[in-house]
Amino acid sequence: MNVPVPSSAKKKLVPGATGDWEVVIGLEIHAQVTSKAKLFSGASTEFGGAPNSHVSLVDAAMPGMLPVINAECVRQAVRSGLGLNARINLKSVFDRKNYFYPDLPQGYQISQYKQPIVGEGEVNVALPDGSSVTVGIERLHLEQDAGKSLHDQHPTLSYVDLNRSGVALMEIVSKPDLRSSEEARAFLSKVRTILRYLGTCDGDMEKGSLRADVNVSVRRSGDPLGTRCEIKNVNSIRFVGQAIDAEARRQIEILEDGGRIEQETRLFDPDKGETRSMRNKEEAHDYRYFPDPDLLPLELDEAEIERLKAALPELPDAKKARFVRDYGLSAYDADVLAADRETAAFYERVAHGRDSKAAANWVINELTGRLNKEGREIGASPVSAMQLGAILDLIARGTISGKIAKDVFEIVWNEGGDPADIVAARGLRQVTDLGAIEAVVDEIVAANPDKVGEAKANPKLLGWFVGQVMKASGGKANPQAVNDLLKSKLGVG
Amino acid sequence: MSVDAENVRRIAHLARIAVADDEIEHLKGELNAILAFVEQLSEVDVAGVEPMTSVTPMAMKKREDIVTDGGIADDIVRNAPATQDHYFVVPKVVE
Repeated sequence: MNVPVPSSAKKKLVPGATGDWEVVIGLEIHAQVTSKAKLFSGASTEFGGAPNSHVSLVDAAMPGMLPVINAECVRQAVRSGLGLNARINLKSVFDRKNYFYPDLPQGYQISQYKQPIVGEGEVNVALPDGSSVTVGIERLHLEQDAGKSLHDQHPTLSYVDLNRSGVALMEIVSKPDLRSSEEARAFLSKVRTILRYLGTCDGDMEKGSLRADVNVSVRRSGDPLGTRCEIKNVNSIRFVGQAIDAEARRQIEILEDGGRIEQETRLFDPDKGETRSMRNKEEAHDYRYFPDPDLLPLELDEAEIERLKAALPELPDAKKARFVRDYGLSAYDADVLAADRETAAFYERVAHGRDSKAAANWVINELTGRLNKEGREIGASPVSAMQLGAILDLIARGTISGKIAKDVFEIVWNEGGDPADIVAARGLRQVTDLGAIEAVVDEIVAANPDKVGEAKANPKLLGWFVGQVMKASGGKANPQAVNDLLKSKLGVG
Repeated sequence: MSVDAENVRRIAHLARIAVADDEIEHLKGELNAILAFVEQLSEVDVAGVEPMTSVTPMAMKKREDIVTDGGIADDIVRNAPATQDHYFVVPKVVE
């Protein structure tokens, strides 16, 4: 198969000792479906239960147990497919993927092979430099998660907990359309954002709700695809980028030394920043897929798909476009705000009836910056949209300066309360009384005769004077008035 | 289609069944007999016939998304040869 080189990829070649190389990447994303019960049993999907407490006899593969599909998991897969602009297959089939492992009591995973529930789709991915790429989706299928083995509890034994056994996963497979670690990271973030908007996966990579297998190969531009290696179970967006860069470097070195790439499964070691072969899986996998005789084909009707489509929330691309159109935001700001559904909703409450760009600056810089610093989600923000809106109102009315507003934000963050009351009670109101400001300006000018002389030759010193006056007024002087007064007193500008 | 001795060893390994060398010939004969029996099906012309998945027309049964099961860790591990704190305990599976 020969994949054409997208024009945007020209600048993404990796230089080697013998010329440039093109890196070709495809992702398989495993996303845990948001549901209360498992894919084929009534046991809970809740994270962190006592060992084997969220396990039914079906999940433990006791003899005679039969799987019955959870209708909500099917709907979640359809919603996800629609969010990825993908074709929904009205008929799909569950197959058994056979292999032995202690945390897989059935001896097979129920998955979908030749007839997945969702077919081809595409996702638009914006890159930090302002360009964008369209990434093809090959398929999305439903499958069971396995249990969990703990290897560090005992020197010679492994402990097996089946709480995850049977939890529904969606495997989302991209086409090999990605050409750099940056594109792969942006694609994974975008898919995560879409799933979180849809409420079909919580996207929590720390808990393992979202993880990716990364396929990497390299070739000379225009050549057929090279032999790929699959890097299994990469569990953060940052590591996906690092794993790709490390693996591409490894493959280029081998090829430039005249070697050959072996198709194999590898693991990424974040501490060493390298990938290594999974030696314990030497023999090629032979999963001997066949249709699961316990399950009839899964059939959907157009009407239900239409109902699910009609009930979808506004998706990130549409929201971003609306933010640019209706609020006049830059594409970058709109993208940052739309990347998280709750952040976008928070922003809209703040921006309602106010300066939308100022609202965007405050939400992106002050609020998100502060939340990230403390590792909090926006849902747990100590400053509500109403409080932040009130701070913006105080700035807009000229009651406080932008600088004082940051102090008020700090106070609200730590102590709560109504920003207007805080400003009144603590005397933070901006001084707009020209007489009072002039007195401070005169004081500063009188105290610094040498600087006054310099300022006439070097008007940039004006800034220093403004700073001194603002400091002397406790930040409460109206900066514009200070500026105007100083200019006339110093005879500059 | 027929299997040779190597196929028999591979199938046995994939199924985690220990097969001694002196059993291979016999199993090879049995597997080939089964394949030959099933092979007769290929004589039927099924062009344009939808694969039948059920003898009576029925739709896949579905459940609602309600937690109705679990909380039976004692039962789950009861048959296990070795357990600890409701974990299954198995020989270590990584080096």
